[in-house]
Amino acid sequence: MIEVSNIEKSFDGTPVLKGISCVFETGKCNLLLGGSGTGKSVLLQCIVGLMKPDIGSITFDGTVYTNSKIDIRQEIRRKIGMLFQGSALFDSMTVAQNVEFPLQMLTPEMSPEERRERVEFCLKRVGLENAGNKMPAEISGGMKKRVGIARAIAPQCTYLFCDEPNSGLDPATSIKIDNLIHEITHEYNITTVIVTHDMNSVIEIGEHIIFLHQGKKLWDGTKDEILNAKVPELRDFIFSSSLVRAAKRVDEETEGGMAAFAEESESGGGI
Amino acid sequence: MLKTFGSFVLFLRGMVTRTERFSVLWNRTIDEAILIGVDSIVIVSIVSAFIGAVTCVQIAYNLTNPLIPQSTIGYMVREMTILELAPTITSIVLAGKVGSSIAGGLGTMRITEQVSALEVMGINSTSYLVLPRILAALLMFPLLVILAMLLSILGGYLAGTLTGVMTAQDYIEGIRTDFIPYNIVFALIKAVVFAFLVSGISAFKGYYTTGGALEVGAASTGAVTNSIIAILIADFALAALLL
Repeated sequence: MIEVSNIEKSFDGTPVLKGISCVFETGKCNLLLGGSGTGKSVLLQCIVGLMKPDIGSITFDGTVYTNSKIDIRQEIRRKIGMLFQGSALFDSMTVAQNVEFPLQMLTPEMSPEERRERVEFCLKRVGLENAGNKMPAEISGGMKKRVGIARAIAPQCTYLFCDEPNSGLDPATSIKIDNLIHEITHEYNITTVIVTHDMNSVIEIGEHIIFLHQGKKLWDGTKDEILNAKVPELRDFIFSSSLVRAAKRVDEETEGGMAAFAEESESGGGI
Repeated sequence: MLKTFGSFVLFLRGMVTRTERFSVLWNRTIDEAILIGVDSIVIVSIVSAFIGAVTCVQIAYNLTNPLIPQSTIGYMVREMTILELAPTITSIVLAGKVGSSIAGGLGTMRITEQVSALEVMGINSTSYLVLPRILAALLMFPLLVILAMLLSILGGYLAGTLTGVMTAQDYIEGIRTDFIPYNIVFALIKAVVFAFLVSGISAFKGYYTTGGALEVGAASTGAVTNSIIAILIADFALAALLL
């Protein structure tokens, strides 16, 4: 579990995060939802330690991360896996070498044979068992995301962070990536935090959603609650999509239709 | 200016604190030494051979006094090459080739979040990415300068004899006259200092690139120009201090 307490962050005097407190639960897909420029990615970067918050604290399973000693921060960082928006694969390495890299660096006690087996397992888990020898430039955007996920889970991470995992992907691939993240979260009981503004992801995997608006947390709840939330900013955000408006209309016309809609998407039917 | 220098010092300090394992550092340094050193042999060879040749021909053109022996041309080629041309021109060429490559490579890694990916994994990105590049430069620049010295003198020999401005005997006599071994030491000290400046400045410029592709290009350009200016200032300072 990750606890974020009263985080504030400013850039050149402009506040971007204004006292955000929230909890990301273990074994769930926690979504940070909000429009562009609301501070989602900044919050994510503060949590993983790429940025230092001005005020506030972040705790990973009871261990304070912010302002703690470098050894403690390193220890926590080694339990973190992250999928970046652009995948951030190392250009000079093959897909397999990318997945092996954190094992080489973080677990020197592993033998080359053990590492190879782990790489094969991770690539198979994301459905890329035949792409190990390809270079990142030779694979598609969706495959890059899957390699990013394989690299993140290779060292058996406890916390998985995903920065807009669906950006630049077609809807079908987006759903596949969402489902993969969801399955991995439950399979390994990890704490997953996903930054997104994609309502499809919300409906697909949003077990715990935190809505940010202008640097503030305005709402949190589940995907079943979000469509009936009373926060005007959240309603404006959700119903800006004609797809969700249509779904809501169906829900109102056929009482409970939205639940069926969510259930269908959960069972892999998509939307 | 002072702020930038302070950032540079902190950047270098970050590189040597919490370094990665020796085996990782060693392998990375060897990889970088191949990129910096081996891949630069052709350009350094071409530049240094022609510089030696041009120096020889131009000295011969200006040396018209019959009282000055022809062997002076060989002597002057050797002195100019060892003291100045080989270390300085080679380092300027390498600032263009290696400096832009270091800055462009690190800049691209920065804007594509590869540096952030290393940081999130708990890896000291400056130690992993920058330290091997600087160590490789410190190792390879002196070797390339030695190669440049040899090829410049050889270029002078070939130019002098093939164009008929002097005999081979005069040239060899000239390059053996009043040889001071310390000049070689001085040239190698210069090579090490220039290596540190080129690799350090280029890495600094690349590592702190922000923005997109345009900024990566600007970082590469800035790395090359700043490295060349630093080389020329250091060249003067070392000559004033060590000669």
